[in-house]
Amino acid sequence: MREVAVIGAGCTTFGEKWNTSFRNLFVEAGILALEDAGLAGEQIDALYVGNMSAGRFIEQEHIGALIADYAGLASHHIPATRVEAACASGGLSFRQAVIAVASGMEDIVVAAGVEKMTDVASGISVDALAGAADREWEGFVGATFPGLYAMIATDYMNRYPLTREQLGLVAVKNHFNGARNPIAQYQQEITLDTVLKSSLVADPLRLFDCSPITDGAAAVILAPLERAREFTDTPIRVMASAQASDTITLHDRRDISTLDATVTAGQRAFRMAGLTTADIDLVEVHDCFTIAEICAIEDLGFCRKGEAGRLTEEGVTALNGDIPVNTSGGLKACGHPVGATGIKQVFEIVQQLRCEAGRRQIDGAEIGMTHNVGGTGASVAVHILGV
Amino acid sequence: MSVARFWRKIPQRYNLIGTRCTTCGRYFFPPRSFCPDCRRAGNIVDYKFAGTGAVVTYTVIRTASEQFEQMTPYVLAIVALDEGPRITVQIVCSPEEVRIGMRVKPVFRKIAADGESGVIYYGTKYASAD
Amino acid sequence: MVGIITYGVYIPRYRIKVEEISKVWGANANDITSGLGVYSKSVPGLDEDTATIAVEAARNALIRRDIDPAEIGAVYVGSESHPYAVKPTACTVGEAIGATPCMTAADYEFACKAGTAAIQTCMGLAKSGMIRYGLAIGSDVAQGAPSDALEYTAAAGGAAMVIGREDPIALIHRTCSFTTDTPDFWRREGQGYPRHGGRFTGEPGYFRHIEGSVRLIFDQSGKSAKDYDYAVFHQPNAKFPQRVAKILGFTPEQIKPGLVVPHLGNTYSGSSMIGLAATLDIAKPDDRIFVASFGSGAGSDAFDIEVTDVIESDQFRRDAAPTVEQLLANPIYIGYAQYARHKGKIVMQK
Repeated sequence: MREVAVIGAGCTTFGEKWNTSFRNLFVEAGILALEDAGLAGEQIDALYVGNMSAGRFIEQEHIGALIADYAGLASHHIPATRVEAACASGGLSFRQAVIAVASGMEDIVVAAGVEKMTDVASGISVDALAGAADREWEGFVGATFPGLYAMIATDYMNRYPLTREQLGLVAVKNHFNGARNPIAQYQQEITLDTVLKSSLVADPLRLFDCSPITDGAAAVILAPLERAREFTDTPIRVMASAQASDTITLHDRRDISTLDATVTAGQRAFRMAGLTTADIDLVEVHDCFTIAEICAIEDLGFCRKGEAGRLTEEGVTALNGDIPVNTSGGLKACGHPVGATGIKQVFEIVQQLRCEAGRRQIDGAEIGMTHNVGGTGASVAVHILGV
Repeated sequence: MSVARFWRKIPQRYNLIGTRCTTCGRYFFPPRSFCPDCRRAGNIVDYKFAGTGAVVTYTVIRTASEQFEQMTPYVLAIVALDEGPRITVQIVCSPEEVRIGMRVKPVFRKIAADGESGVIYYGTKYASAD
Repeated sequence: MVGIITYGVYIPRYRIKVEEISKVWGANANDITSGLGVYSKSVPGLDEDTATIAVEAARNALIRRDIDPAEIGAVYVGSESHPYAVKPTACTVGEAIGATPCMTAADYEFACKAGTAAIQTCMGLAKSGMIRYGLAIGSDVAQGAPSDALEYTAAAGGAAMVIGREDPIALIHRTCSFTTDTPDFWRREGQGYPRHGGRFTGEPGYFRHIEGSVRLIFDQSGKSAKDYDYAVFHQPNAKFPQRVAKILGFTPEQIKPGLVVPHLGNTYSGSSMIGLAATLDIAKPDDRIFVASFGSGAGSDAFDIEVTDVIESDQFRRDAAPTVEQLLANPIYIGYAQYARHKGKIVMQK
């Protein structure tokens, strides 16, 4: 197994992009990544694309081939593969690309993620997203995706000292960060009052506890570390790539408020890199809902169960805190084009490690972590990247 | 949901028919034909759950998918059946009434329908056992 | 000898008061309550219909007695609000109680007497030995057109009776029916609400047919009103059963336990059967109960019933399922807007 590096990265703006189609979203991100790496399309050996639900959102399957075609690569006949694990599609796409390069099978591999969610009515989006959970035993009885995370929140708040205000501060922090991220869907800071007064979606979660419906695409390019400097002066090393699965339904989990797949993938990643949480300078976690960020911080081992709310309130996870979480604005403020999120997280870490993060730059950032979750925790991908 | 997919699960949806492994005594809902603990040493038989249980966690759904839009707000919960397995169900009660630990029992209700002319999906919701 | 083996009732928890409805239409609530003797009616939940009510009633019946549901050889559900025009409610009920697949089934329609027609059919099948147990259900989520008189009384509820020969809690000694082609109240296929002949539903409808079936049964059995402890009549409102009782020689005390309409409303196919259930809830061994249903179209089924010792024996657990009184307690009152939503009276975009 050889070491792998990120040699280029690109990301579209995230938002409701009425003028941009699914395929154009990818092309935009792909071109940005290629230019960043100084690569020509012909140099790409393989492509992985994370996408959750093009079938429901735009009635399109066969995404791998579609994307390769629109990237102008049809005549090169490269292997083009769609990867799907609901909201972890991007993270898994990245991991598949890492494996392809690490194994020696391929040299230059694109790991992309793309989702176009706004072409359908919101009732259909809500239903499509419920496919990340168990259709038969959760969706069929009326569970929605926010509803499932709301049940995690109810359980968590019954057992641990998390207040409604602390939960809201997660969203406030992420909007603060997003306002400093040019690609983020939301560019405005918000107050805690806004969160607490927003309408209830599934008690106790309110509108501002929930990540939005978003269009967007991101792409990163991987190469063997030994060749990275052919393309970039700032290769970013993939220090660990880990993935774990768990029961599809929330009700079958060992502990409703702990995502065991996060715990397992996190431990595997730290072991692979020979690192601990103390070595991580910043982490992008999967905050599909504010409660998800609380659980992620704890399940990755950054603090004990029950403490993440207090840490958030004390500013420990803020840009200027000891362990900045979601400097990109997270899913909440940056937006959550489902399949693209996992790749966007890598894009953010790459920017931070290259000192290209502008007003949200973490000084001296050398090692970053990404955490991408599918469904209510049935799939998790964790990566560690370093200069 | 297609008529075949719904029909296939009617014993589970109407009557909570699951299975149990007589080797280790573990209960399964939905039914499993293979015990994950005993594996080939397991002996699986059909089992009809008593249905009673307690609320583990809950929420109130206020924004629902298309099929459930007309039912909001409704209570959704994870219920632990007395025999062990957990299920996700709606609770027929007002949002103010639901509690963690509340004892509940099954009731027969309309879950959803395939529009005005399609099939009606009946199934099991839960209500307070008091 | 054939009789009732066990019974069960289900009534949804929602209620709407007559004054809530009358103020929408600018009518006088007092005139209505004094004219009909009805103060409120039951309303189904958004997730309830004739099938769910029928299943709950049947399950309540089966809680009270140890019967192997696989031994139920027939299921008939009578209603004028079956969820499907084609696909029997009886099949859903049979599946939900574990009686399928070795059974016969069908749905009945005969306005408010479809449930008692089901009882008669089960009596024949059981008495002849063709089946061991038959399940007869009357269940409705009745519709009354907005602002029509029927809107004040059309209610939701159902009762299930298991009929058989082995140790019944009440013997059905005899049943007689009086049936004619009388257009007093009807609903054409595809129409949402029924129509009726106004005052024509009285004498030529309700009274003629009930008096007809009652006199037939009195003639055949040699009995009269004074031979009974209780009487139950179909109850579209409180006045009609009170009046027909008087005409036939029954006293107010005899009909009191079975007169459930004042706060329940008219549960159509469930009406007489819920009245009978309410009477069985308080009956003692040897009590003699008279029942006469009425269904528009029109017909009346009369029954001569005698309670046995079994109702107080270990074989029958009357308290295991809710009584009619318990089901009527703790209602949730709703206003007209919510009622209209529950009853599908608001036209939604398809």
